[in-house]
Amino acid sequence: MPGMAKPPPPPALTHQLADPIPIPPPKPFQPRLRHPSSRKTIYDRNLSRTQTTPTSLPAFAYLFHALITHHHSLSGSVSDIETRLNRAGYPLGIKLLDLLLYRQQTASQRPATRPTRIVELLQFIHTTLWRALWGRTADALEQSTTKRNEYMIVDNEPVVNTYISIPREMSQLNCAAFVAGIVEGVCDAAGFGMEGVTAHWASAQGEAKGEGKEVEEMWPGKTIFLLRFSEEAVGREEAIKANGG
Amino acid sequence: MNCIHSSHNNSAFSSAKRLPPRKCQVVFALLIINKAGGLIYTRTFAPGLQKLDSNDYLILAGTFHGIHAISRSINPAPPPPPSPSTTANSSSSTTTSQPNTQAPPQPPSSTAGNPTRRRPHTTGIESLESSHFRLTCFQSPTGVKFLLFTSPEQPNTDVVVRRCYEMYGDYVMKNPFYSLEMPIRVEKFDRGVAGYLVRP
Repeated sequence: MPGMAKPPPPPALTHQLADPIPIPPPKPFQPRLRHPSSRKTIYDRNLSRTQTTPTSLPAFAYLFHALITHHHSLSGSVSDIETRLNRAGYPLGIKLLDLLLYRQQTASQRPATRPTRIVELLQFIHTTLWRALWGRTADALEQSTTKRNEYMIVDNEPVVNTYISIPREMSQLNCAAFVAGIVEGVCDAAGFGMEGVTAHWASAQGEAKGEGKEVEEMWPGKTIFLLRFSEEAVGREEAIKANGG
Repeated sequence: MNCIHSSHNNSAFSSAKRLPPRKCQVVFALLIINKAGGLIYTRTFAPGLQKLDSNDYLILAGTFHGIHAISRSINPAPPPPPSPSTTANSSSSTTTSQPNTQAPPQPPSSTAGNPTRRRPHTTGIESLESSHFRLTCFQSPTGVKFLLFTSPEQPNTDVVVRRCYEMYGDYVMKNPFYSLEMPIRVEKFDRGVAGYLVRP
C-alpha cells in the first residue's frame, strides 16, 4: 500500500475505480478426499471384515447430533423431521443388505441367500442387522394381531437415543426414525415393497411424560419399529405358502 | 467412608441406576450456573429443606457468580520464582514478555503485569464450609459452574460434582434439542442426576 501511494494520485485513483479487484484465476482441481497417514482409505479395506473395531459412542452421538440439528432447522413439523431422518437412513439400509450378506457368506463358507420370505427377512433384521449395527440383537419381534401386513420390531433402548431427550412440546418425535429408514432400505433392497417403516415410542410413554415423572418405567426409551409391507409383498408370501413352499 | 469411596469409583463407568444403595450420603442441592451468571439448573434432593422461590435462586446464583469472579482476582499472588532453576523452567513462557527488562522481577509488579503466569493459580472459590453445610464449586473449562450443597460430613464431594459434570456433558451437551446457555430441561439428565444423588 505505501508503494501504491507514491505515484501521482489522480491516475491511480481512476484506475482503481475503473478496474475492481481482478478475479483470481481458477485454482487447479485438488481432490478433497483426505488420506490417513497410512495412505489407506475406507475403500482400500477388506470388505469381509468380521471383527470390527468398536466405534466411539460419543463420536457417533456428536455426528447424529449434527444430523438432527440440521434437519430440525430445515423442517417445520415433527413428522417432517422423522421423514427426513428416515430418508437419511434409507441409503445405508440398501447398502447394508448386500454388505451383510457378503460377510455372512465368508463367515459360514457357503453362499448366503437373500431373505425371500417375510419371516426370514424379519429375522435377518432382528439378528444380523442389529448385531452389525449395535452389537446386540433387537429385543422382540412381533406380528400385529389386527393387520396382516404389519410387523413390529422392539428395541428397549435404541443406541441412537442414548443421549437424546425429547422436549415436551414435540414428545411424539422419535429420533430412531433414522434406524427405521435403515430397516426400510434393507426391506426394499431385498425386494419387499414397503408402505413404510416408522419408529414409535412404546404406548405408555407419552402419557407418563405429560402427567409427571413419578411413573418409573423399566424401559423409558422403549421403541417400536412398525414395518408395514405392501399388498404385493403380502400376497406373494401367501401364494408361496399356499403352494406349500 | 469406605463404602462411599468404592461406590464412586464404580459409578464412573456403570449406569447410575445400578448403583448399590448408599446410606451415609447427604446431598442437599445441585445448582448449575452458566458463564454469564444465570442460573440454568436447580434441584434439591434431601427432604425437609426450606423452600426458596425461583427469584431467590436467581439472586443466589448471580451473587455467587460475582463473588466467585472477585475471588479469582483477589487471590494472593503466587510466590515469585526464587531460584535460577525455577526461572529456567518458566523462562519459556516469560522470555517473550520481558526481553528488555534485565532487572530481577519484583514480586508484585511481575505478577500483576503477567496474567499468563497468574491464571493457573486462580480457580476462585472451590469450597465453602459452615457448621451446617458444605458448598463445593466446580468450574468447567468453558465457565459453567456446578454448585453442590452437601452436609459437612460428606466425603469426596469433588468426585460427586465431577460426576455431575460428566452427566451434564453426556445428556445435556449431546442432546440436539438443548440450546446453549438456556435453562436445562432435559429428561435424561434429570433422571441421571436423580439416580445418582437421591437417597434410596
